[in-house]
Amino acid sequence: MALPMPAFKGLVFLLALIPLLWLVVRIVTGSLGPDPGQEVTEALGLAAFQLLIVTLGMTPLSRLFKWQGWIRVRRMLGLFAFFYACLHLMAFLQFILGWTDLWATFTRRPYIILGSLAFLLLLPMAITSTRGMMQRLGKRWKPLHRLVYPAVLLAWLHFLWQSRSDITEMLVYGLVIAFLLALRVRWFGWRSLIPLRKPGA
Amino acid sequence: MLIKKRPSWALSHSDVTPESVYLDRRRFMGGVVAAALAGTGLPRLVDAAAVPVQGESLSYTAMPGFSTDEEKTPYEDVTRYNNFYEFGTGKDDPARYAEEMSVDPWSVTVEGECGRPGTYSFEDLVKPHEYQERIYRLRCVEAWSMVIPWIGIPLADMLKRFEPNSRAKYVYFETLYDPDQMRGQRSLFSTIDWPYQEGLRMDEAMNELSFMAVGLYGKTVPKQNGAPMRLVVPWKYGFKSIKSIVKIRFQEERPKSTWEMIAPQEYGFYANVNPEVDHPRWSQKRERRLPSGLLSPNWIETRKFNGYGEQVAHLYKGMDLTKYY
Ligand code: HEM
Repeated sequence: MALPMPAFKGLVFLLALIPLLWLVVRIVTGSLGPDPGQEVTEALGLAAFQLLIVTLGMTPLSRLFKWQGWIRVRRMLGLFAFFYACLHLMAFLQFILGWTDLWATFTRRPYIILGSLAFLLLLPMAITSTRGMMQRLGKRWKPLHRLVYPAVLLAWLHFLWQSRSDITEMLVYGLVIAFLLALRVRWFGWRSLIPLRKPGA
Repeated sequence: MLIKKRPSWALSHSDVTPESVYLDRRRFMGGVVAAALAGTGLPRLVDAAAVPVQGESLSYTAMPGFSTDEEKTPYEDVTRYNNFYEFGTGKDDPARYAEEMSVDPWSVTVEGECGRPGTYSFEDLVKPHEYQERIYRLRCVEAWSMVIPWIGIPLADMLKRFEPNSRAKYVYFETLYDPDQMRGQRSLFSTIDWPYQEGLRMDEAMNELSFMAVGLYGKTVPKQNGAPMRLVVPWKYGFKSIKSIVKIRFQEERPKSTWEMIAPQEYGFYANVNPEVDHPRWSQKRERRLPSGLLSPNWIETRKFNGYGEQVAHLYKGMDLTKYY
């Protein structure tokens, strides 16, 4: 690959910002339709989910193209996924719930519980994504960051659960996730997918 | 006060501001921004201009006694943001793809427990009736709502012409099934067993509020809103108001509705608007009255029977509405 690393990183950064910029444009031009709160919440959830999947694609890409650049943008993409998940959660609380009905929503609605679990799994990964944290955790860092597998599966279930009648879109995402996980199983074995497993155990 | 009984001198929307003027105002700011963007050479991202009311003009009598005076949802929102899964599950799919459906000629098959079964053309069905305008609230099960000026015929008046007999306990309705014209029906992974089906108990169908709409905002109903003929049952969640009807059947046993078949724990046969019975995935206590804003969300409290209790609560006397939701 000819592209120098800083340029590549900058490019990925801008690409990951597109969903947010697009939303801002739609807000400013008043083109979100008559139910903008709903629209914003959905768009942010989708961006978080898509970026999480893209993040999962970086390891396979670097193996296929034998280029470390993909791995170097992995953390940034994961953090963007988390960033959109935070905005998604805030949008939900502000625009959909209006900060009412919190207890019932987070205890009684299974798809909300699944989304929240996905979010709670992303949280420790975001916190420990810094270089300092990586060094501090040493060998335990990798098993911790395998939480991304259950996180993406929970997010997928959270999405699937919202389907009313047509699950085509969910199936497409499901196939992509299954493919990305299958590659890992093939290359590194089943056990490589298990999070929090003691290193070397 | 549920439905405002207005004095006869009260104005209906058609007497006041032409829709085009009234629609323009709301999108004005959006238009300014879009124009500014266009001026800078950026692509014009939205058509922020108001959509003129389309269709043929209908003549009708305004029915203030059956109309709310709440602010109406603008025409472009009514016609560009709705559910009609026959054309896709996105809110803008119906407006985008309903043009692929042909509604002229149109005929409706009437069958079952009645004296005058047969296949009727749309013209034959509507000819004997005078159109009325009724401005109803529409509450979607997804917790948003609109206020829509419908043009149409009291459902009871139309149904009586088919002379339902004493075994007619329920009336069943069916939407057009034609995958060539309705792309949503072509989807491989839809759990809907087409055609879309709905039903009412006979006394519900004969209630004075039940309405067969053929128009909105004074003109023929756009395809995406269920042309040429759709039900409007304003005290029930929107999915009961079945669109583009091709079949009416009177029957003794209770029909099953499409959503009831897909998810009986989420959508019941009665589907009366009821803030006390939550959908498993969200609360039904409030609704966003559209158009809603991002910074000023238009939340209102949801009312039992969508505020039409005075006219319909008696239909459900003695029924446990948490069980028959
Ligand atoms: C903190 C917990 C979360 C809550 C309370 C939550 C809530 C919601 C709600 C209410 C919706 C429906 C939006 C609507 O129809 O208005 C939604 C949609 C969605 N959420 Fe979440 N969510 C959470 C976390 C997540 C996470 C972590 C992800 C992904 C990484 C995610 C991905 C999605 C996706 C893909 C959709 C569907 C968007 C669409 O319909 O296109 N959510 N979420």
